[in-house]
Amino acid sequence: MAEEILIVKGLSKFFGGLRAVDGLDFSLAEGRIQAVIGPNGAGKTTLFNLLTGFILPSEGSFFFIGKKLNGLKPHQIVSLGIGRTFQNLEIFSNMSVLENVMVGRHCRTRAGILSSGLRFPRMRKEEKAIRDRAMEELIFLGLERRVSRPAGSLPLGEQKLLEIARALATDPKLLLLDEPAGGLNIRETARLGEIIHRIRERGITIMLVEHDMSLVMEISDEVMVMNFGKKIAEGPPRLIQRNPQVIAAYLGEEVNHA
Amino acid sequence: MVMAIFIAAFPPLTGMNNYWVGILIFVGIHSMTTMGLSLLMGYAGQISLGHAAFYGIGAYSSGVLTTKFGIHPIGAFGFGILLSAAIAFLVGKPTLRLKGHYMAVATLGFGEIVFIFFNQLSSLTGGPSGLSDIPSLRIAGHPLEGKAYLYLVWAFVFLFLIFSLNLINSRMGRALRALHSSERAAGAMGVDASLCKLQVFILSAIYASMAGSLYAHYVTFISPSSFGLMFSILLLMMVVVGGTESIWGAMLGTAMLTLLPEYLRGLEDFEMLVYGAILTFSLLFMPHGVLEGARKLLIREEKEKAKDG
Amino acid sequence: MSLTSQIIQYFFTGLTVGSIYALVALGFTMIYNATGIINLAQGEFVMLGGLLMAFMILGPQIPLPIAFLIAILTVTLVGILFERLAIHPLPKASILTLIIMTLAGSILLRGVAMVLWGKDPYGFPEFVRGDPVQIFGATIQPQVFWILAITILVVFAVRFFFERTWIGKAMSACAFNPLAARLVGINVRFMVLLSFGLSAALGAIAGAMITPITLMEYDRGPLLALKGFAAAVLGGLGSGTGAIAAGFIIGVVESLGAGLISSGYKDALALLVLLFVLWVRPSGLLGSPEESELRKI
Repeated sequence: MAEEILIVKGLSKFFGGLRAVDGLDFSLAEGRIQAVIGPNGAGKTTLFNLLTGFILPSEGSFFFIGKKLNGLKPHQIVSLGIGRTFQNLEIFSNMSVLENVMVGRHCRTRAGILSSGLRFPRMRKEEKAIRDRAMEELIFLGLERRVSRPAGSLPLGEQKLLEIARALATDPKLLLLDEPAGGLNIRETARLGEIIHRIRERGITIMLVEHDMSLVMEISDEVMVMNFGKKIAEGPPRLIQRNPQVIAAYLGEEVNHA
Repeated sequence: MVMAIFIAAFPPLTGMNNYWVGILIFVGIHSMTTMGLSLLMGYAGQISLGHAAFYGIGAYSSGVLTTKFGIHPIGAFGFGILLSAAIAFLVGKPTLRLKGHYMAVATLGFGEIVFIFFNQLSSLTGGPSGLSDIPSLRIAGHPLEGKAYLYLVWAFVFLFLIFSLNLINSRMGRALRALHSSERAAGAMGVDASLCKLQVFILSAIYASMAGSLYAHYVTFISPSSFGLMFSILLLMMVVVGGTESIWGAMLGTAMLTLLPEYLRGLEDFEMLVYGAILTFSLLFMPHGVLEGARKLLIREEKEKAKDG
Repeated sequence: MSLTSQIIQYFFTGLTVGSIYALVALGFTMIYNATGIINLAQGEFVMLGGLLMAFMILGPQIPLPIAFLIAILTVTLVGILFERLAIHPLPKASILTLIIMTLAGSILLRGVAMVLWGKDPYGFPEFVRGDPVQIFGATIQPQVFWILAITILVVFAVRFFFERTWIGKAMSACAFNPLAARLVGINVRFMVLLSFGLSAALGAIAGAMITPITLMEYDRGPLLALKGFAAAVLGGLGSGTGAIAAGFIIGVVESLGAGLISSGYKDALALLVLLFVLWVRPSGLLGSPEESELRKI
């Protein structure tokens, strides 16, 4: 019986009169893959920003492995085990592919200015461990031949994979993927589905925001549908597909692939 | 590799005359400061238009403590570092939170305030007429002057360089570059932005303070006018013109702009105009600095060759 | 002089320098509103206005009103040139580059002034010869009244411009939403140009007015700019009214402080205000915290 690692209670975010997220209640069990879908503007990315500390909740709270995360800053939340990717790619284009992933190890390592500047033995050992781990993640994502390329020179599909490698390097227990298939073609999307399964095999719980319905149907254990900041449905993908409220919410929206 | 450069450079130095020794000492002292500024601006992506303040704090700490209180230069040196670090901490915390322009203006204001204090605390600093008779540094009773001082300064430069390069290629260095590129993503990787920026700011203040102390013991007379707005801007220019994105660029810029006044002998009236023109053209045509501009040219040539080959 | 008279004296001195700070602050606000840039060369416009006037009156002895007009027009031209040559070619530049660009401009202008006029301070006689006026024992020069009168006139003229004329309203629109402004046909680039020209004019007027009292030298710019900026943020960056009010406040407080407490540190006072506002309450006295968040303070 899997533990619930993420519990969200009454979470809300208001921007003036706009209710971006409105009284959200849900929980996520360990090892599951949950997709969050909904029309544009439904509040999905705002939800991710709330969960990772980029914005503060107006109301409600959320708990990760029993710990209340309200008010914590992003760097604190990632060390507690929630990693993420970004909808609009935010790779570090001023660094190489390898260095990008190495930054992911920041929250798990400790060398400070003094030990880095003077290259203490402890720091050198840590550097090697960082490098090795970063390589592992790159190999996992199939990017090992891009190691010393400037991150900005990669094609879009590979940059998306790079963000995932980087997030995996933070040793997350919960991985939030924000539109990982955005801009990917069919082949790349299928590959992404495989990768997500393999990530779950590593014991990582996954939550993703996605518009690509074929991917969603293919990989998710459960789906949560949002509209106007509220949860309007949740359940296994097949059921959601036939839910009249969900269909109504999407009318007037182009559905990618049913 | 760096060691090789330094060792190769030493023999020519022994045959040098006093004029060039003096200039190279200044290039070295300025480099110490601009290296720190480069870490702050180029790598961490922040801005400081008031760094002359820390340079001055180092200089005056060394000057005042050795002349007025008879403290040993090393003690004064250490005090300067501590004072600069403390002030950098107090000023940095609120200032580094500000965005872009506001940070620039805040550092500008800070620099000016320190300058005013240098002028006003005349019982301590000698005010506008300056502080003189600062003792030169001694090793075993022998005063360090001329070439000996040159070696001392460049030994410091060397150490700073190694330290800085190590830092850049470390966890902290990557964190800083990440911050510069995307503060949001850096945060999501565990980088505590405010802490990192503050640490770099304090480090750059310490670099400047140490340079200022060496300056004081070299020139033995200091006055507030050396630590005002124009010097802060000059330091900034050295980093910007040489190349913000790299330490080598900063050193190149430092060398260029320290040598510049020598070429302007007799044209002192035009000095400020020339500086302004250099900065303007540099920003318009080589926004990443001379070093980067040269590098891009070389890369383009290589690409052409690869295409033909 | 009794304490009351002293206070009145300092008060009027404060109003005098305050007008200058107010005009500089207004210039900052204008450019900021149109472009989001802080123009670090703002102080140089003041300096040029003053030195040009001095030069024309002392040299070829051009009659004052004409010299005034020429000075203002010339500096306005400088402002426009500056925008064309330095700001306009860098539409995609990072904020850092833009900041340093205006810094470069300020150095360039200072360099020109140094070449043309050297480092000495210059002055010229007051606008209208007259005897000082006595107010409760304080001695006030007539120039002070000229400064206050002209400043008030300028303030009203600017307000009229922004609130009544089509161009002025267009400029305000650009401040709020450049994209929307472009969409309704407003030429944003022209507005940027205009804002630089107007700010330069304001600076020149300030410089021309203050020089008979305080003289002017080539490197007065940076400190003036810092104090003017302090006023601009104190009043809430983006608010013209706030900038003006804050300018007067800072002027008066500075003058009272200099007179009653210590004159050596008087410049530090405005700078401390600047740091305080930036560090503690970036939205200023009149601005709103949400607005400053939007403006990315």
